[in-house]
Amino acid sequence: MVNLTTKIGALTLRNPIMPASGTFSEDLADVIDLSVLGAHVTKTVTREKRGGNPTPRVCEVRGSMLNSIGIPSKGIDHFIQNVIPFYKAYDVPLIVSISAHNIDDFARICEEISVPGVDVIEVNISCPNIEEDGKAFAMRPSSTHKVMTKLRAVSDLPLWAKLTPNTGETTEVAQAAQDAGADALVVSNTLLSMAIDIHSRKPKLGNLMGGLSGPSLKPIALRMAYQCAKAVDIPVIGCGGISTVEDVVEYLIAGATAVQVGTATFINPTTMVTLISNLERFLESQNISNVRELIGTVRDNDAADSVVFMEAAP
Amino acid sequence: MELKQRNAEAGTSANGRAFEAETRVKSNREVNGEYRQLILDAPQKILDCQPGQFFHLLCPVTSKHQPYLRRPMSIYGYFPEKGELHFLYKVTGEGTQALAELNEGDTLNVLGPLGVGYTIRDDWNNILLLARGVGLATLAPLAHEARRLGRKLTAICSARNPDVLMSIDLFTEMGAEVITVTDTEGTSDLENVASIIRTKIANGEVDALYTCGSNRMLKLLQDVGAEYGIPGEIALEQQMACGVGMCQCCVRSFRRSGKITHERVCREGPVFDIQEAMGW
Ligand SMILES: Cc1cc2nc3c(=O)[nH]c(=O)nc-3n(C[C@H](O)[C@H](O)[C@H](O)COP(=O)(O)OP(=O)(O)OC[C@H]3O[C@@H](n4cnc5c(N)ncnc54)[C@H](O)[C@@H]3O)c2cc1C
Ligand SMILES: Cc1cc2nc3c(=O)[nH]c(=O)nc-3n(C[C@H](O)[C@H](O)[C@H](O)COP(=O)(O)O)c2cc1C
Ligand code: FES
Repeated sequence: MVNLTTKIGALTLRNPIMPASGTFSEDLADVIDLSVLGAHVTKTVTREKRGGNPTPRVCEVRGSMLNSIGIPSKGIDHFIQNVIPFYKAYDVPLIVSISAHNIDDFARICEEISVPGVDVIEVNISCPNIEEDGKAFAMRPSSTHKVMTKLRAVSDLPLWAKLTPNTGETTEVAQAAQDAGADALVVSNTLLSMAIDIHSRKPKLGNLMGGLSGPSLKPIALRMAYQCAKAVDIPVIGCGGISTVEDVVEYLIAGATAVQVGTATFINPTTMVTLISNLERFLESQNISNVRELIGTVRDNDAADSVVFMEAAP
Repeated sequence: MELKQRNAEAGTSANGRAFEAETRVKSNREVNGEYRQLILDAPQKILDCQPGQFFHLLCPVTSKHQPYLRRPMSIYGYFPEKGELHFLYKVTGEGTQALAELNEGDTLNVLGPLGVGYTIRDDWNNILLLARGVGLATLAPLAHEARRLGRKLTAICSARNPDVLMSIDLFTEMGAEVITVTDTEGTSDLENVASIIRTKIANGEVDALYTCGSNRMLKLLQDVGAEYGIPGEIALEQQMACGVGMCQCCVRSFRRSGKITHERVCREGPVFDIQEAMGW
């Protein structure tokens, strides 16, 4: 038997496979047994009720997809009354993703959602900060630091900061989140993208632009996860384009302590279950008894830090 | 060791509602110039279906076509005794073109059955369904169910020209009274269809109305239904990613107790109350 357990701060996961926010819900219980997952991660919720973006909200782009779902939300009361109780039936850590458009609302929901049944708050700082120029909090170290500091003060739960690839300051943002008291980083959210129908000449998404996810995002998110793991001491959770066990192993070697699986679940809803058993088989085949032996084992000894942290065209 | 393999059976459903399952193609033949019928050899567990439900199909990636997301398809027929699952589809873009390339013996990964199907209330003894084009696919299992329940069925089948009128035999076999209307004969206009339905209603032959897909049909049945106080249901389409309720990409607007609500077509639907549905 190989040991698949992994630790994110004080939290122990039975295996390193969990869903990515927005690509998972109670509904998946119709298809797979949710109790086998390393953690449950909910769709980002906001305090107020929100409608989300116009349709079409998704389109596919050669083996990957774009989405502009937005954050439709039934509000925090509905969430506390209906969603948290559903997950309480499982002996699996519950990670609740939250968001807001300004720091005060962020602090309010962070405080109000810190209730029994919630194990971790994932802070989706990849959303626009309306108070400044509408750029996502996680695009800049300063706004990241500001919001995470505020949230750290209002909740005792572990805070995972979810970073965006839409920045040229990946390591600085990662360090800012760590300095402000984040307990882990989730790397990363989707990459801002676009697709146009050449016949109608209309953008394929109702919202014009949207986030790229799926296999084409993987090399980018993997690079970021690697950079972040080098730059901070807190655990990094890899996310972006994972669909095979090789993808999982690659993230672990790059330095991720666990991974999140998003779009692949839309293609094969059984993906996470398959990944868990295939990870076990992979480790057995490599005579590795503990998954933690893989984490951060990338052989990059010869590379200078300046190369690792470079964010320019090579 | 085969690491790339994806074992669809690995995830056993926790509550037995829907499954990701491998099926085998029994046949995939052209019905006429536009439509194809796909017959799958399917495991028993996925054949406990309701009329109006759908499957989410993982269309094959071929040298010519690279669909990525799954494609939703209404169940055209489910036959547990034969172990068969049928679809009737129109070849339109990347995904359905790839589907059309499937040959006998090929495997196809399907997810389902999904969504909420049609209801036939106990006191709906006379039901009328209005189908156009590939909408027949969605309504055929409803006709089966109506016959099983011993209800009287009227099927109005609308098409561009008489050549593409499909499934008339199927509905006749179900004991339905079939009325065909076509564009080329000039009988499929809304006025004419509405007057056919009004006559049926006046004769006391309609307790419920059913349709699917198009905005025009929706409007028509909403108006006639409201005029005579006759309930009805419509199966709606919307682009889907996950198909099971996780991503919220498939929402549509509905009028419910004076308010506009958003519902997921894949989860709360695809079948909705006809008066609550909103045109688009
Ligand atoms: C519940 C449901 C049941 C359906 N049943 C049938 C059926 O029985 N027979 C049939 O022929 N068609 C049916 N459709 C429509 C069918 O899903 C689309 O024709 C198909 O997805 C087109 O894919 P494509 O790749 O060939 O076309 P493309 O235009 O290349 O598709 C591009 C994207 O748009 C989506 N899309 C395009 N048209 C539709 C549509 N009308 N509805 C939803 N998504 C769409 C595709 O899934 C894909 O994601 C149904 C749709 C829904 C929602
Ligand atoms: C349809 C959809 C909805 C998403 N919604 C959210 C969300 O609400 N909050 C969030 O932090 N990330 C959201 N994401 C991003 C995913 O959590 C994940 O970071 C991203 O998709 C990359 O992983 P993947 O390539 O495995 O999908 C969403 C992604 C998709 C495809
Ligand atoms: S398609 Fe994902 S919620 Fe309906």
